[in-house]
Parts: sequence; C-alpha cells; structure tokens
Amino acid sequence: MIVFLLRRLFLLGTVLFGLSVFAFSLGYLFPGDPLQNFSGMRYIDSTLREQLILQYRLDQPYSAQYLAFLGRILQGDWGLSFASQQPLLKEIWQVLPATLELTAYALLLSFMLGVPLGILAAIKPEGTIGKSISGIALVGYSLPIFWWALLLIMFFSVTLGWLPSGGRLGVLYEVPTITGFMLLDILLSDVSYQHAALWDALRHLTLPTLVLATYPTTVMIRFVRDAMLDVWEQNYIKTAKAKGLNRVQVLYRHGLRNALLPVIRQIGLQFSALITLAMLTEVIFSWPGIGRWLIDSIYQRNFPAIQAGLMIISTLVITINMLTEILHTLFNPLARKY
Amino acid sequence: MKKKCFIAAATLLLLCACQQELPENIRSGLVYCAEGAPESFNPQRVTSGTTIDIVSQQLYDRLLDIDARNGDLLPGLAISWQRSTDGLTYDFNLRQDVAFHHTSYFTPSRPFNAEDVVFTFNRIMDPTHPYHFLGGGIYPYFQSVDWASLVESVSASSPYQVRFQLSRPDSSFLANLATDFAAILSAEYGAAMLTEGQPQWLDSRPIGTGPFRFKEYQKDVLVRLYRHNHYWQGQAAMEQLVFDIVPNNARRMAKLLTHECDIVAFPRLAELSLITERPDVKVQESTSMNVGFWAFNTQKPPFDQIKVRQALALAINQNAILQAVYFNQATAAKGVLPPTSWAFDAELPNAEYNPQQARALLAEAGLSQGFIMDIWAMPVQRLYNPNALKMAELIQADLAQIGVTANIISYEWNTFRRKLSEGEHDSVLIGWAADNADPDNFFRPLLSCAAADSGSNRAHWCDPVFDQLLHQALSTDDQQQRRAYYLAAQRYLHAAKPLVALAHSQRFQAINANVEGVSINPYGGIALFGARRVTP
Repeated sequence: MIVFLLRRLFLLGTVLFGLSVFAFSLGYLFPGDPLQNFSGMRYIDSTLREQLILQYRLDQPYSAQYLAFLGRILQGDWGLSFASQQPLLKEIWQVLPATLELTAYALLLSFMLGVPLGILAAIKPEGTIGKSISGIALVGYSLPIFWWALLLIMFFSVTLGWLPSGGRLGVLYEVPTITGFMLLDILLSDVSYQHAALWDALRHLTLPTLVLATYPTTVMIRFVRDAMLDVWEQNYIKTAKAKGLNRVQVLYRHGLRNALLPVIRQIGLQFSALITLAMLTEVIFSWPGIGRWLIDSIYQRNFPAIQAGLMIISTLVITINMLTEILHTLFNPLARKY
Repeated sequence: MKKKCFIAAATLLLLCACQQELPENIRSGLVYCAEGAPESFNPQRVTSGTTIDIVSQQLYDRLLDIDARNGDLLPGLAISWQRSTDGLTYDFNLRQDVAFHHTSYFTPSRPFNAEDVVFTFNRIMDPTHPYHFLGGGIYPYFQSVDWASLVESVSASSPYQVRFQLSRPDSSFLANLATDFAAILSAEYGAAMLTEGQPQWLDSRPIGTGPFRFKEYQKDVLVRLYRHNHYWQGQAAMEQLVFDIVPNNARRMAKLLTHECDIVAFPRLAELSLITERPDVKVQESTSMNVGFWAFNTQKPPFDQIKVRQALALAINQNAILQAVYFNQATAAKGVLPPTSWAFDAELPNAEYNPQQARALLAEAGLSQGFIMDIWAMPVQRLYNPNALKMAELIQADLAQIGVTANIISYEWNTFRRKLSEGEHDSVLIGWAADNADPDNFFRPLLSCAAADSGSNRAHWCDPVFDQLLHQALSTDDQQQRRAYYLAAQRYLHAAKPLVALAHSQRFQAINANVEGVSINPYGGIALFGARRVTP
C-alpha cells in the first residue's frame, strides 16, 4: 500500500511540475510584456521595473526564472489582476467557494438521485421502469446543458416567476462574507432577515444545482445500473441467495457495497467534466464563481488571471482525481497492483 | 431515515411561512440593472456613461445642476455666481451646511466648504497636487475641453466663496461645471487618505455629498449604496440602492420580467412592444441628445486619406442600419449634432448611399483592389447604439460590395475603451451622449486636438482649422455668432469625414410599475434620488 501511495504521489508531483512549467511559459506565450504578465501591474515605471526584474530574475536563464516563479507561487504571491489591480489569490479565494458550493450540492443531488434510480433500473432491466429510467438517463446525458438551463429559466423564472433567473442571493440582502459558502455565511451572520435570506439563497440554488446535477446524475444512473447488473451475476451473490438471505439483504450487504466501488472511481473521473459544466452553469446563471471569473478574465484579456485560474482549476482536478483513486484502492484490495 | 425526512419537510414549511412578509430592507431597496461595471468611483477620471450612471448623480453633487426640462443651469452646491465683464473671473457663493457622507471608513469633521472645491479642481489641473498623477494623471473630459490651459487658478476667497480665474473667455465654462464629471470631492478625506498612505482609496471608496453613500463594490457583480441621511436636499425614499451588473442584454430583460431588477436602462428595442403590453412594467421614452457614429482612426493608413473615408461613408446604407439596429426609434444623423441642439445645421445634406461612387473614390486613392480593415464594435448596449455588433455586421456586408474586407473585433467593455484610447483600432462603432446642452459638448470632447491626446477623440483626428473654429465659437457669448461658427464647423466635418454620424437614438427606460420618481435625464447620468416604491 505504501509503495502504491508513493507511486501516486510521485505521479502527482510530476503532473504538477508539468503544469507549473506550462503556467510559467504562459507569461512569455501571452502577448505583451512578460513582466506585466507575471506581476499583473499595468503601469511599471523604470525604478520599479528594475526592482521587479531583479526579484523575478528575468535577467537570468529561464530555469532560474522558473525557480523564482515557483517560489512566488508557493509563497502565495500570485501577482495582481489586470482588471482590478487586486492580488489574484485573494480574488480566487472570493470566487472559489461559490463554485465548490454549487458543485458539492450538485454532486450530492446526483448521488441521492442517481444511486437509487440506478439500482431500481437494475432490478428489472427489461421491465418498464428499468427501460424508462435508462431512457431518461440517455436523454439527460445527451442534453446540451446551456439549452437545458435556458429552458428551465424560461419556464420557472420568466413564465411562472417561481424562481430567480440568476445570482447567488437577492442583491438587496447584505450578508457579510465569512467562509464564502453562502448558506453557511447566512447561518453564521446575525442579520435580522436570516430566515428570509436563507430561503432566498435556497431559491437561487435550485435551478443551477438542478442543471449542474443533470449530467452527473445520468452518468451515475448508468454506471450504478451497469455495476449492479455486473455484480448480480457474480458467484458470491448466488452463494448469498443460496444461503437463504432475502432480496434486500443480498442487495444491501453484498450487491450495493461491491457495486458502489467503481462508482467512487467514477466520481474522480467525472470531476473535470463537472468543473467544465460548472463554468457553463455559472455563466448562464450569473453565479459569481471561479468559472465565470475565468471567462470574464478571458474577455478582459486579463492574462495573469487566466494563468492563475488555470493553475488553481487544474490542481483541483488533478488532486481530486488522485484522491478518489487512492480512496478506491483503499476500499478495494483487488485494485492494488504494485 | 423517516424522522430525518420529516424534519427536512418541517424546515421547508417553516421557510415558506417566512416568505409572506418581505423584510424591511428588501421593501426599501431598489435594484438597478447596469450593463457594465464602473471603471472608477471618481467621475473626474472617466467618460463612460456606464460609470457615470452608477456613480455620478448618486454619490456626488456639482457646483451647478442642469434643468432637465430646458437645459438651463440651476444652483447646486453653489447658490449663486457672478461673471466679471471681461468674462475672465467667475465668483461662486457656496451652500452652507452640506454634509459629506459618514461611512464605516471615514467620519467627516466638517461640512462642505470652499476648500473642497479648490481641492477637486486643482487635482485636475495642478501637477503638484498630491492626487494629480494617481491613476496616470488622466482626466479625459477635462483634458478634451482643455481645462488646464483655460483655468488659471481656483482659489477660496472666504470659506464659502470660490473664485475661478480663466485665461480666456469661454462660453461653455459654466456648462462644463454642471456636467457629471465635475463632481465635488472631499478635501478632508483626501488628506486623511494621504496620511494613511492609501491615496487610491479616494477613487475606489468614494466620499461625496450626494443622496447615497458607498457601501461595497463586488467586482463585476454589484455596487451597494445606502441612503445618505443628512443629504441637503432631504432624504431619499429608498434606503438601499443596488446596481446589479448584468452585461447580457437578454438576461437583463429576463431579470426585469422576474422583478429581480426594478430599472433597466436600455431595454432591447426589439422587445419594446412586448414589454409595453405587460401591466407590471412601464416603458419611458424621451428624445435625447446623443449620436452614434463610426469613427476612423485617422492616424493609420489608409484612413489618413480623406478620399478613403469619404468612400467608406458612401458605401454604407444608413437606412438599413436605422431599421435593423434602431428599429426606426432613431433619427437619421446628418452630422454629430442632434436636431434638438440650437446650433444644428439643417442645411447639411442627408447621408448618401452610393457604392459605385465609393468604388471610384477608392480607385482614385489607389486602392482599387480594396483592402482589409477592422471594425471595433462595442460589447455593450448603449443609448446611442443599441447593438454595435449587428451594426458592424451590416457595415461588413456593405463594405464587401466595394471590395473592402472587414473583420469585426470586440473586447470586454473596459478593456475595449482602454485599447481605443491607445489607438489600436482601425475604425470603431461608438457614440456620445450629451452631458450638458452646450453644442461644444459634442465637438471638443469628440474631435478636438486636445481630445486626440487624451484619447476621447476616437478618430484621433487633429485639424488646426477645425480647432480654430471651435475656439472662436467659445470666445464669444453672442449666440448668433457662436451658431455661425458651429455651422461652419459642421460643414468642415462633413467634408473631412473623420467619422460618419449614423443616428440620434430615442432614449428608453423600462421600470417596474410600482417604482415612481425616476425620469430620463436628457443630459448625463441617471438620478435615482427621487425613486420610491408605491403599492399598486
């Protein structure tokens, strides 16, 4: 197990190294002055320029520059945003929780819907229920989410007026930022309209969560269904049945536990797709998360921000991927190949 | 498990129960959906209408105001003013007991006085002023009207009297003081921020005397203001004012229909008929002094040739643009001045559409093979141009007829404006809305040599003959004489074609039916002081 962990960590290190080299080279690949791209400062006078060149070691070979870059990244000096002239890391901490919050709820929802529906579909795969669940999953899987999102907005916001069309919270509610996670912040705050704000935040969450959960839910349904069908054929299930366990016991003790193993791994693999979809969802619902921030930065030609956003999101995806794989191996001794 | 479900259901029910009565801060708040984010919170440093709408009338006051009905000057922070007979000295008597904003980051110790006026205007023109070079020393509007060479000094003759000493008579001087850019800042706040070593906060955490005070700005998300309880004109009805930044036109309309926005400044013209039918939304319309135009970067070849500019002007079909982009809610423009201005030249010929002649002119200029050019189109909807991208596509098709290949280019709004000032464009679709009733407001900020330096002259066009005409028009007070100079200036422009004026648009505003007290201001930014919510 330790060898396995070390190998994984080594792989993680290599990938992160490659990523940081790429991010560093972006400073030169983006148009404009590399010094501006690295520091994010718009106006650099001659004294500051000299000082920065020394600090960034831009007068030395690329390898030394890269090391200086790596040092700054590790120290938390990610440069400034072109657009706001604020430290990038601070801006990212302001927008990242919104994305994590949305993604977490969407994943939770897809788990709560996907697993039971997948099992249901697997119980009688050729029955009406099984077929219709598979059908719905296929439709959901192939639905372009921007179209689906606009459809939901048209229906629930514009026509029925039940739910707001975008944002995280009605703009007139003023809730101080403590953790960056909206529901938590509302519960922690001492504003007089706490209940109303909570209700409003939940209403704002409904449509984006639903939209973002669509794709992972369908993946989950299909995956759980296939895994269940697969497990159901195994000899130990037959043994369990032969021992006289009833259907529920077999399903829960022997079927589900084994069927859910590959699902854990699947979450890791789906995470990058989920982040991409979260970006789209954020843009459609004006959700102030990192996806919208990054896309705004692209429109603004905000090169330091693009660089930083890329690093954060890639690191996040790679780390989650690695963690789920390690978890999967932890639960499943068969997967431990040295 | 069942128990958990029950608790969840109960919580939901509880939440529903709270829904019936909206909390006080929601009922006493107003949401304005803006099409872009503010560049700065100091109006001196900008010309963009987006920023002016959000910042100027809400947070600040000016020495003079403009009567929205007829364009006359009204007392603002100055209660009266005298001009010397030679037109070189202006004395202002200031209003007393005007309070500055009291906020979490600044507590004023004294009311507004002459020191603040001196501080405000010296910042623009005095290079030794501690704040002059903050943000690059750029004051686009004031530079375009050549303020620094016009005003020799601003001095306080007593705590409530200010004297402006001019170097030459200028008939547009008072009108310029009444524009949204001439907002009065707090000298005391300026000094405090210097001591704290945070001078940039003067422009990003504003303190003014206006009806609302600054609370927070979440970049590209929202601007939150609260009521200034000691405003000299009385308290605003709304306690909270939020500018929700929604750059997408369709989404802004959707937010109006779902009542997430109370006011939408520029509803899409294509959907006007649709929303006028709704009982919960009212649409206001007014003629407005503005012009949408297509400016050529005359510093770049081949646009430095008059024949090329004339050819391009002849190649475009203005009527098609009026129909497709403005939905005929605009007047065809003959020149930059709108017909409602007193200096408008009615004799100017209408725009001509003649591709053959355009080809001939291009051939004369040695470009019979055509050429490739960029058209920069604004990414946002503005009063003078509701859909620059569509307009660019129409022009692109027209230009293809005369063998010119056009690429359409767009950036995010603030980036777009910055790159324009740096002169990176070939040509741009943009426009101008009047800040006061003086015709000079259309000429000097748009086409003077000074404006070419400061960047608000999108054509980067500098012609001494034209500048001389504008200068002569300013040195007299006789309106007949001024008019004669402006007529000459308009004809000169018509021949030189640094830009092609396209349309003077009607101004529309869509408002939630239960909001009253908001009207369209024909000069400058929107004022939300009088806004109030009524129960239908």
